[in-house]
Amino acid sequence: MARKQSTNKKIIVTILAWAIGLAMFFPIFWTAVAAFKTESDAYTLPQNWLSTPWTLENFGIVQDRSNYGLYIRNTIIIALLSTLLGLAFAIPAAWSMAFAPVQKPSIAWSGKRWLATIFGTAFIVGLVLYAMNWDLTNHAVIGFVALVIVTLPVTLWVFSRNTTDALLWMLSTKMMPPAGALIPIYLIFNRNGLVFKDWGWVDLTEWNLIDSFWGMVPLMMLLNLPIIIWMLYTYFKEIPGEILEASRMDGASVWNELTKVLMPMAVPGIVSTCLLNLILAWNEAFWTLNLTNKYAAPLSFMISEYSSPEGQFWAKLSAASLMAIVPILIVGWFSQRQLVRGLTFGAVK
Amino acid sequence: MATSHSQSLGKWALAPSLAVLAGWAFVPLAIAIYFSFLRYNLQNDNTGWMGLSNFYYFFSDPYFLKDLINTILLVFFTLVISVVGGVFLALLLDQPFWGRGIVRILMISPFFIMPTVSSLVWKNLIMHPVFGLFAAIQKFFGAEQPLDWFASVPLLSVIIIVSWQWLPYATLILLTALQSLDEEQKDASEMDGAGAIAYFRYIVLPHLSRPITVVILIETIFLLNIFAEIKVTSAGGFAGNLTYLVFSQLNDANDIGEAAAGGLIAVVLANLVSYFLVRIVGKNLEA
Amino acid sequence: MKKMMTGALGAFALALLSGTALADDVTLTIATVNNGDMITMQKMTDDFTKANPGIKLNWVTLEENDLRQKVTKDITTKGGQYDVLTIGMYETPIWGAKGWLNELTALDDPKDFLPADVGGLSANGKLYAAPFYGESSYIMYRTDLMEKAGLKMPDAPTWDFVRDAAKKMTDRAAGINGICLRGKAGWGENMAFLTAMSNSFGARWFDEKWHPQFDQPEWKDTLNFYLDMMKESGPQGASGNGFSENLALFQSGKCGMWIDATVAAKFVSDPKASQVADKVGYALAPDKGLGKRSNWLWAWALAIPAGTKKNDAAQKFIGWATSKHYEDLIAKQDGVAQIPPGTRISLYANPEYAKLPFAKMTLDSMNSADPTKPTVKPVPYTGVQFASIPEFADAATKVGELFSAALAGQTKPEDALKQAQDYTTQVMTKAGYIK
Repeated sequence: MARKQSTNKKIIVTILAWAIGLAMFFPIFWTAVAAFKTESDAYTLPQNWLSTPWTLENFGIVQDRSNYGLYIRNTIIIALLSTLLGLAFAIPAAWSMAFAPVQKPSIAWSGKRWLATIFGTAFIVGLVLYAMNWDLTNHAVIGFVALVIVTLPVTLWVFSRNTTDALLWMLSTKMMPPAGALIPIYLIFNRNGLVFKDWGWVDLTEWNLIDSFWGMVPLMMLLNLPIIIWMLYTYFKEIPGEILEASRMDGASVWNELTKVLMPMAVPGIVSTCLLNLILAWNEAFWTLNLTNKYAAPLSFMISEYSSPEGQFWAKLSAASLMAIVPILIVGWFSQRQLVRGLTFGAVK
Repeated sequence: MATSHSQSLGKWALAPSLAVLAGWAFVPLAIAIYFSFLRYNLQNDNTGWMGLSNFYYFFSDPYFLKDLINTILLVFFTLVISVVGGVFLALLLDQPFWGRGIVRILMISPFFIMPTVSSLVWKNLIMHPVFGLFAAIQKFFGAEQPLDWFASVPLLSVIIIVSWQWLPYATLILLTALQSLDEEQKDASEMDGAGAIAYFRYIVLPHLSRPITVVILIETIFLLNIFAEIKVTSAGGFAGNLTYLVFSQLNDANDIGEAAAGGLIAVVLANLVSYFLVRIVGKNLEA
Repeated sequence: MKKMMTGALGAFALALLSGTALADDVTLTIATVNNGDMITMQKMTDDFTKANPGIKLNWVTLEENDLRQKVTKDITTKGGQYDVLTIGMYETPIWGAKGWLNELTALDDPKDFLPADVGGLSANGKLYAAPFYGESSYIMYRTDLMEKAGLKMPDAPTWDFVRDAAKKMTDRAAGINGICLRGKAGWGENMAFLTAMSNSFGARWFDEKWHPQFDQPEWKDTLNFYLDMMKESGPQGASGNGFSENLALFQSGKCGMWIDATVAAKFVSDPKASQVADKVGYALAPDKGLGKRSNWLWAWALAIPAGTKKNDAAQKFIGWATSKHYEDLIAKQDGVAQIPPGTRISLYANPEYAKLPFAKMTLDSMNSADPTKPTVKPVPYTGVQFASIPEFADAATKVGELFSAALAGQTKPEDALKQAQDYTTQVMTKAGYIK
């Protein structure tokens, strides 16, 4: 009786779950079908959809029209390089937080120190402005002043925190809405902006951060760095410190400790961190839509160019979409279990 | 545990990350604050101090209130859909049934689709009032004038697209959390003959409360900044949010000053949310 | 920040290394719009590079709105990403007057350009952008449906006739809509159409003192007429339809009439793309008996930003792309019908081209548009379907959104007009036009 009931329940659950699962997946399936239709068939619903002839021509048209090869190359470059660069920053940071946490910061804050910081900053700002003839419309000057006013006290402050605070502060940078940073970043990246400009003694205006990997890779790295650090940190924390301790007792150097003992144990964590970062970088759409046009434009930009082309375009759009999502979809399927931790900043494992 | 040697080394290992993040977080912010006090239109030459006028103009923009409300509605309804739906789907997927692995993959897939793709596919292939799938379904049931999604209910259309992307996220997280619920606990409650509702109310829900909070907060951060879904569907006029408003100030009006002011308002809004998120994640860290 | 400094240093090192190698070859970066004619141009570049071996071309092809935003940002911040820009009649006079564009010197027979194009692409009497193709707007209609409705389209119809005909042609059960018009928000989309339409109703954007005129009865008449007509005989989802959406509708036989750009004729009469290719007739854009028709004037043109270091190569390229030689190339490859229309007087004098059903109507429409006197009453701006001031794009984008919402039934027309008035007033006040 009980068994029968549970079988019945299983059948109902199966039907329900499959129905919902298929419904959720349906738009993707629908896109995949349309990608193999001719334009006029893609617009004809619904009677002759599955019966009309299949064609591969859309993929050729997409390659021809938007140069798919270029965009997927750019996407892979940005996603991979930003991940690697991110790891270069994050592994030492996560190691430090997990195994050498700062409980009591060495710089303690006091009223005197605050005052000194404020006056010191004001002095340096004044010096820079004086050197630049108080030219406030010059973007380079704005950049320097901003740098000094803000980073100096903030860096001092950050270094005076203990590890938990620093971690949380890093996380909070992820909350910065891109809308607030767009304009400054645009002007910094610009050829006549903060970095590349005619400095008088050297002309760097041939170089440009907008629409270049020099700009997009570090940007994407910074966007995801907090998540990478957090995810790695939660993995590192699970490695018992005693093992490191023991290896240190045996006289291993820090370098050996890091490469011979820690790394092998951390590989699974690092791999899943990479996967998550890859997915996030692949699908990023705010900065890529605003800062790239061609040379460093990834797939999300290519797709956005299909928002209003001439005439009938659904089959082409579907083909382009399919080519843009399939690689990352497969990565996602294989890594879904590992993603949870990164997507919740370690709060759910 | 840590020696003073590794402590000082640790500080240097942490320093590069902190430095680049500090630069990333604060330099743009400082520049934005500076610009927000300037009369600075890219197409105009008369640049100068403007005091708080940029903020005044941004607030008195007829779109500001509408877009602020849109922002809140978009976040709220997407959260409701993804959390309620996510709990339901997580419970469903936690049951044993045939083809669980495949259904799980089907259900999680939308989360991996890039926003530009999902918006264009939904807008054209599915919600198009003449050739779209929904229109075909409505016509099948005898409707003469199928619903024109992006014209009649633009915000709802955006909410549907965004929810489609984020429901899988909530499901995945909640399912993982549910699976960590002790098997014994589950069996015990079945032994007790506790009703399904009581079981849900007293065991599942308390267990899920923390993951749900995390889902809500993290989704809020991302949902406040929804952009591609609004831009590529050209829904900005009807269903624009604050991010889009800043974007249009920059790109249509070329008004750097007002755009910077708007961006700062978005920063303040996001910080209100992040304050709570950081505290909750921080608590988990200690637990 | 540290990253950027390393970036700067790296780039600096690279610049030193490559400084000597860069001298010979010039690479032109050309920003262009993803219209059919521009895509064709990219395929023809072999002809140019063969004649100029030292010049390489690099195309950045963008969707229209994207192109505008990116090019505008680039030129205003002196970003210098592009050496040749594709811009329109709206930007050229503004940027030309500010000195942001180089004067064009290497053009092929510039006297042959249509006067309407030259007028719209000049500032202070100098030509700052060379027209690649020009367009006006007119009515395209289905001759078979018109006959079925028992009507005959005059060459120069009135709005009342058009509205009446649209009503009679509409057959919703068969999926036929009497009229398809732009409704998608955007100053280059629905506002191009509506501003041109309002001209024939005697409305204007600003009075002589730059006060917005949306509170005037002429705008109210325009908007109500448009909304009523679309309600009677427009397609479902009209508020999302721009040029390309309407083109798809017309090509698949869902529209009786369509008032839009003259370049559309090429696509609707192309039997490969259009199911109604042999049943299309053309007529001038309608009027209201006030002496102004509702056609616009637009040209996509090529220009050179003032900062570029590759001026000579850019001049050569623009000369080639807008030359008669280029027209011959296209004619040889795709036939005369595919020549970019609306730029040269000689093209319309060509008897083979004049035979095309839409050739004469295009020329007449273009000649009848007057950017300096767009509407019945005097205005302080130039431009038919726009006002060439920097603030217009912003104001018209927002107004376009409001009118699009009114078409979708989200706002009442009175409210849309009131908000349009308020917003435009604010924009103009902020920019200092209204004291």
